Amino acid sequence: MTDTFKLNIDGKDIEVPRSYTLMQACEAAGAEIPRFCYHERLSVAGNCRMCLVEWEGAPKPIASCAQTVGDMRPNRDGSAPNIRTRGDYVEKARNGVMEFLLINHPLDCPICDQGGECDLQDQAMAYGRAGSRYDLNKRAVEDKNMGPLVKTIMTRCIQCTRCVRFAAEVAGVEEIGMISRGEDAEITTYLEKSLTSELSGNVIDLCPVGALTSKPYAFNARPWELRKTSSIDVMDGMGAAIRVDAKGDAVLRIMPQVNEEVNEEWLSDKSRFVWDGLQRQRLDKPYIREHGKLRPASWAEAFAAVKAALASPDKVGMVAGDLIEVEQAKAALDLARALGIQSTDCRPAGAQYGTDGVRERYLLNPTFMGVEEADALLLIGANPRTEAPVWNARIRKAWLWNGLEVGMIGEAADLTYDYAWLGAGAAAPDFKSSDFYKTLEAAERPMVVVGEAALCRADGEAVLAGALQIANEVGAVSEAWAGFGVLHTAAGRVGALDVGFLPGEGGLDTAGILSGAVDTVVLLGADEVDLSNLNPAGTVIYVGSHGDAGASRADIILPAAAYTEMAATYVNSEGRVQMTAKAVQPKGEAREGWAIFRALSDVLGKTLAYDSAEALRAVLREPEGSVFAGLGFAPGAAGAGALKALIETDQALSDAPLTSPIKDFYLTNPIARASKTMAECSLLGRGLETPVAAE
Amino acid sequence: MLSDKDRIFTNLYGRHDPGLEAAKQRGAWHLTREMLAQGPDWICDQIKASGLRGRGGAGFPTGLKWTFMPKEVGERPHYLVVNADESEPGTCKDREILRHDPHLLIEGCMVASRAMRAHKCYVYLRGEYIAERHALEKAVKEAYEAKLIGENNVNGWDFDLYVHHGAGAYICGEETALLESLEGKKGQPRLKPPFPANAGLYGCPTTVNNVESIAVAPTILRRGAEWFAGFGAPNNTGTKLFCISGHVNKPCNVEEEMSLTFRELIDTHCGGIRGGWDNLKAVIPGGSSVRMVPAEQIIDCKMDFDSLRDLQSGLGTAAVIVMDKSTDLIKAIARISYFYKHESCGQCTPCREGTGWMWRVVERMARGEAEHSDIDMLLDVTKQIEGHTICALGDAAAWPIQGLIKHFRHEIEERIDQYRAPRALVQGHVVAAE
Repeated sequence: MTDTFKLNIDGKDIEVPRSYTLMQACEAAGAEIPRFCYHERLSVAGNCRMCLVEWEGAPKPIASCAQTVGDMRPNRDGSAPNIRTRGDYVEKARNGVMEFLLINHPLDCPICDQGGECDLQDQAMAYGRAGSRYDLNKRAVEDKNMGPLVKTIMTRCIQCTRCVRFAAEVAGVEEIGMISRGEDAEITTYLEKSLTSELSGNVIDLCPVGALTSKPYAFNARPWELRKTSSIDVMDGMGAAIRVDAKGDAVLRIMPQVNEEVNEEWLSDKSRFVWDGLQRQRLDKPYIREHGKLRPASWAEAFAAVKAALASPDKVGMVAGDLIEVEQAKAALDLARALGIQSTDCRPAGAQYGTDGVRERYLLNPTFMGVEEADALLLIGANPRTEAPVWNARIRKAWLWNGLEVGMIGEAADLTYDYAWLGAGAAAPDFKSSDFYKTLEAAERPMVVVGEAALCRADGEAVLAGALQIANEVGAVSEAWAGFGVLHTAAGRVGALDVGFLPGEGGLDTAGILSGAVDTVVLLGADEVDLSNLNPAGTVIYVGSHGDAGASRADIILPAAAYTEMAATYVNSEGRVQMTAKAVQPKGEAREGWAIFRALSDVLGKTLAYDSAEALRAVLREPEGSVFAGLGFAPGAAGAGALKALIETDQALSDAPLTSPIKDFYLTNPIARASKTMAECSLLGRGLETPVAAE
Repeated sequence: MLSDKDRIFTNLYGRHDPGLEAAKQRGAWHLTREMLAQGPDWICDQIKASGLRGRGGAGFPTGLKWTFMPKEVGERPHYLVVNADESEPGTCKDREILRHDPHLLIEGCMVASRAMRAHKCYVYLRGEYIAERHALEKAVKEAYEAKLIGENNVNGWDFDLYVHHGAGAYICGEETALLESLEGKKGQPRLKPPFPANAGLYGCPTTVNNVESIAVAPTILRRGAEWFAGFGAPNNTGTKLFCISGHVNKPCNVEEEMSLTFRELIDTHCGGIRGGWDNLKAVIPGGSSVRMVPAEQIIDCKMDFDSLRDLQSGLGTAAVIVMDKSTDLIKAIARISYFYKHESCGQCTPCREGTGWMWRVVERMARGEAEHSDIDMLLDVTKQIEGHTICALGDAAAWPIQGLIKHFRHEIEERIDQYRAPRALVQGHVVAAE
């Protein structure tokens, strides 16, 4: 039996792999097949019956999504089966299905948020009849409560079950289902609660009609009024591809774009719904604290105040936050060094990694997509479900379909797949004798992933050394496979590390800077740090976009642009260099981060050598082998060689549990904390009800 | 007329004890060990030679179906599943087997399992069959106690039989929906291919057979394929349980030879049509899902698969529903349409949306409140459902209406005209429109 099969589609001979579905074969032959229930990343349901095609000689039309080409037979004379995707027979069949879909579908397109991007609308135009023959009453279905993110208008539902399959297969929470039967069938969530998944917003994209729409976006805009900008998400260390839809100066929604290597076509709820946070709590002008209160100031006044605060460089520390873009980190670092400031750091307090100059020791070398090739995965102090939810879905996919086995050292959590739990503490005394260790040893492509938080403890160096040693012992590092990696939760971390935003000669690290040892602290959007031990008489300068923990402690505030307001470089956990794009203008007088430091350098008499973002990026690209030279790819196995060297340490592994840095998934950064939607999700996630205002 | 010595179900009416000893005296469990010892190929060949066609409605050759199972047992075990979810309106033949001749079924399960190299068999009982379940479970217990089945039984083929009780949904009689239900999921038909013989219960090779198809197998093997093939017309051989209901003088279940005429069937066993043969209006010959046949066509038609297929109807489950001239056919079909609307699983579009639409239109026609153009529209809607669905329920819902329109279109038109005609005077006053 050959691997391919010959077909004749609409008179055109074509040879396709036997594993193809008839729908794929028809598409390969250039035919367009309408569909509702079929989705390439979900299992085949075959229930909408829209994709019917004619197989000459078959007694009835064939649902092309469910017919595997390999199961088909040639004609009796040995010739290729004739398939027709056009003609009266097929059109009549599609026309009939379309009519059935529409008889109970409300004619409320003018008030439907799906209008303009609705599969049913488009296909009704292409395949439907002009008028309706159905003069009876239409069915009405009660709307379901699916939480603060997903709005339901269930009368519009066409029961394609994409959302049901998404929840069960991709998200791993079997909480959506179809109840009742026949024409009374309804889609509902378990007890009408929101999904307990960080990926629930994806059902909005999957829904081919307006049954599941975005609640925060409801009635806000029509798709054709929106300015669409392809960009990169910064809510976690993945750098998912997104599309930012804006109207005027406001971002109105964020949707995923396809990037097979990173997010496939999914997006986490935080990334998708954080946009209302971009309109709230914004720092739109410089502020200076006077008599204990912040007052608006001009840029000139603010810079003058900053100049005074930076007078003695050895008493200044700079801490970069989680969302810092590469350009800002570079400009700030260049200025710091020009002034002689050595206390600079971009890592969380207590971090024990990143200073040895080996980039591979802080990258997720096996890559996100690599987990689909792996056969065993050891997670050390990482909870991918909250730290990188979209990657977690991919791990689940590999576990479900490829037989990936997962083991975890760290706090036990529901990851939506089964794993071997090997202990909470880094010492994990039983690990080597466990069955999972044998699995790891036997695996052809084992993967060892350490959470960044595990490297920010007293025994951080020992954890890194230990993990690297395990990786080498189980054969996770070879020429073709770099199976060791670090999972970061902050979008800006890897980029800042790549720029070298680390303590200089004799400089303090984050913990040192924040311990009160310096007089002036410059916070570059750093809000996830403990500011309680700062020198009370010292000065805090905050450069950032949102009024959060850092800004409220600050004496001088320099307003910066957020990620949707500038073209900026970010490097994701894998070491993939990507760029955001400017979808809207920065708020008020806010400026891009690098430009603030460029202007400041002028005031301080240490003018930086670049006067545009492009010139700055040219400087970054300049050195031989610069990681910024290429966009969009992850180094992957190229780094395997650097992982072979082990780390010597005199630290001992402690028994203290490895905990996740993410205490509340929905509130991990200043933008999310400014978002009402995220606040609601957070309340629900903690089992609290949304507060209702008294009327 | 079938003579008594040729009846397979000798206790169809429950006049004798259904228990093991009595069943043995009637012939059950006789030479079972020897039959099993002949091996799977012999059993399949015998069943093929007998010409037995599936008794569940579709009439697919049973012996051929059994040979679709893999020849060797691989990593996955083989399963036999017996479809006792008898829910087709008008049909009540399996019920009698389960109640009164359960040992024939159990023996049949064992023989069929041997033929398909299965050691496990599930009987999926309709939810409403409570007494039948008790009867079958009692018989299974007897068989286990007598070591006729179970591990190391006297018949030399390890065999376990499990009785599963459904929850009473018509769609669970569809073989793949039945498997889903048996697996503990919602009873919704699966996409085919893969067919059950390839990936059925729990993804393992499975054959699903009707109770009657299985229960006749041991007797066929005992008495010989030629004996069974000697009844009926070619390609429609054997004896068959007919369930005659409706406007006959004595409705009954009866085992008869295939291919006897409708007239013979009714005159011999049912005491004729109520009000005489001239009073016959139409017959639904194979359970509610086949198209009805008007009197003049059915009277001398042979009751078998091929003859009824030629009338665009079908033998189905051989549930013969007889309707005399007092019947409001439109109302009757409206009730059948309601049944299919109610039992549609809702999985695929044409059936989910179409069954309700059809029912409402037929209901309207039954009252006469329709347009003449509705008739063609309704016919078109049935064609839009037929053949476009995942399982055959869509077809089953469409066919009765097609039969009605094909043969009794004039009645629908008359009803509409009648409704539209000026209202008669009632007690000398014109009734005002409201």
